[in-house]
Amino acid sequence: MSTVHLSTRQPGALALFWSRARRNKGTAIGLVLVLVMVASAILAPWIAPHDPLEQDIIARLEPPSDTYLLGTDPYGRDILSRILWGGRVSLFVSTSAVLIAMVVGSAIGILAGYIGGKFDRVTMACMDVLLSFPSLIMGLLVVAMLGPSIVNLILAIGLTAVAPFARIARAPTLVIKEREFVEAGRAMGFSHGRIMGIHILPNVASEVMVMASLWLATAIRTEASLSFIGLGVRPPTPTWGSMIREGFENILDAPWLSIFPSIAILIVMLGLNLLGDGLRDATDPRLRHE
Amino acid sequence: MTATLLEVNDLQKTFTVRRGFPRTETVHVKALSGISFRIAEGEAFGLVGESGCGKSTAGRALLRLIEPDGGQVLYRGENFLTAPGHRLRQLRQKLQIVFQDPFASLNPRRTVGQTLAEPMYVHRLGNREEIQARVESVLDEVGLPRAAVEKYPHEFSGGQRQRIGIARALVLEPELIVADEPVSALDVSIQAQILLLLDGLKVRRGLSFLFISHDLGVVRHFCKRVAVMYLGRIVEEGPTEEIFDGPLHPYTQALRDASPVPDPRAKVTMARLEGEVASAINPPSGCHFHPRCPHAMDRCRVEYPKLRAVAPGRQVACHLHDMAA
Repeated sequence: MSTVHLSTRQPGALALFWSRARRNKGTAIGLVLVLVMVASAILAPWIAPHDPLEQDIIARLEPPSDTYLLGTDPYGRDILSRILWGGRVSLFVSTSAVLIAMVVGSAIGILAGYIGGKFDRVTMACMDVLLSFPSLIMGLLVVAMLGPSIVNLILAIGLTAVAPFARIARAPTLVIKEREFVEAGRAMGFSHGRIMGIHILPNVASEVMVMASLWLATAIRTEASLSFIGLGVRPPTPTWGSMIREGFENILDAPWLSIFPSIAILIVMLGLNLLGDGLRDATDPRLRHE
Repeated sequence: MTATLLEVNDLQKTFTVRRGFPRTETVHVKALSGISFRIAEGEAFGLVGESGCGKSTAGRALLRLIEPDGGQVLYRGENFLTAPGHRLRQLRQKLQIVFQDPFASLNPRRTVGQTLAEPMYVHRLGNREEIQARVESVLDEVGLPRAAVEKYPHEFSGGQRQRIGIARALVLEPELIVADEPVSALDVSIQAQILLLLDGLKVRRGLSFLFISHDLGVVRHFCKRVAVMYLGRIVEEGPTEEIFDGPLHPYTQALRDASPVPDPRAKVTMARLEGEVASAINPPSGCHFHPRCPHAMDRCRVEYPKLRAVAPGRQVACHLHDMAA
């Protein structure tokens, strides 16, 4: 009887990713950058040198010094502490928004692709309408209608990202539903929900995850833009976007007010984009044995 | 004569394609224009024909993987096509399918154990231990090691994957398996192993097969009776030996003559068929085969010949044999 060549179990997506990430410097750097920024945001209450809301009237618009590593703003608040605390809000808002968009968007995409026909055409036409709005305008509309608050900000940014996730999930669904293992499932009497959830979703997940890492960067930017025009979180709570805007008033005499939060955004976006590229390469079907 | 397990009556399927812009035209492709056959308990029934003649559509339509437009599929007298949801789910256990492509037919993200246990879990056939035991016994039956449970499809060769596909069809204890070109994608040496396995299942379990293939040699080996399809219709049906030794329909004759004979000294009469397979979108008038038929008569151009019995268990749709009858 034929023997099976014993080998290790199929490396999971994560293990596969690791093995590729080690060979790809860009991915590793991206991962480190993201982890450092996330960790410092989470640890802000412990590592921030000052209270982000504490005003020191004597030390207004101080340039970077030993006491205030990245300087102070017009109210004498420590920029470094505000960046650390602001990261919590910025990262929380963008991550929640992308998670919502990812779940809703992939559900819509898989349903549209699987059901097909009129449902598919109508749903995807709606997604195209959503896509045709620039994400900033879309966020602006929603926040302007609902009023600025963290929850509304998350909803607004999430809404702008639903359509791309629906598109990215629909395309592989169209391919996979024609594969014979899906037909076999139907021949064995599996429900449509089971086929979509257990047989299609895991085969679509890698594409969606890549998309998520790239959209996270965009979401951070959208959050910053909305905060910048004053439609984000209410002051005095610091976010990166609102810090950049506040800094604009003193951009000539105290440029560090805007520059340092911009650098924080830059680092996270760079990290996420490098990570996303790495993820995409790791899950590229042409590079896999499948 | 054993009892009829599956009876297919006048099964029809037309695919509708819209094409063109801005003036869309709707094109109808008659993939199945009313085919009928019956399969007895424990019988292997072959369905042969060229690519695109509708044989795979027939297999999928009778399992309702493609919803047929009309006709009846009677499983032990019960119409499969009109069965309500819950009954359909029960009936599906009895009719299973093995696919051609062993690479596309298994979910790459599920272990073999998960793939085999899932149908039993869905139909609530026993608890965890019973399902586990059943998976192992099915793996034994198809000749795979029990260690395969932990592995993923990509760790197996094409022949082994086809065994997994067969094992998946077996776990629900079906009575009929639709085998859609089950060996066409495999090497010849592996083909023989898989055919032996299917043969063993036929004998041991008394399984019936609807065996769809374009390979006459394989069909001859495996099937007791066979039907020949051309452009969505059955043109000839009968016991395999008789069909291949004395084909009545000119198409069957050409098909047989075109298949290789495993004897280098055998004299081969290459009766070539002229012309292309006619289009199913716009089939020829009268007998669909007449543009390629060496014996075409005026009557063939206007009237489609009825499928009629010419001998016990033997049917043919050809005007040549109308006159003889």
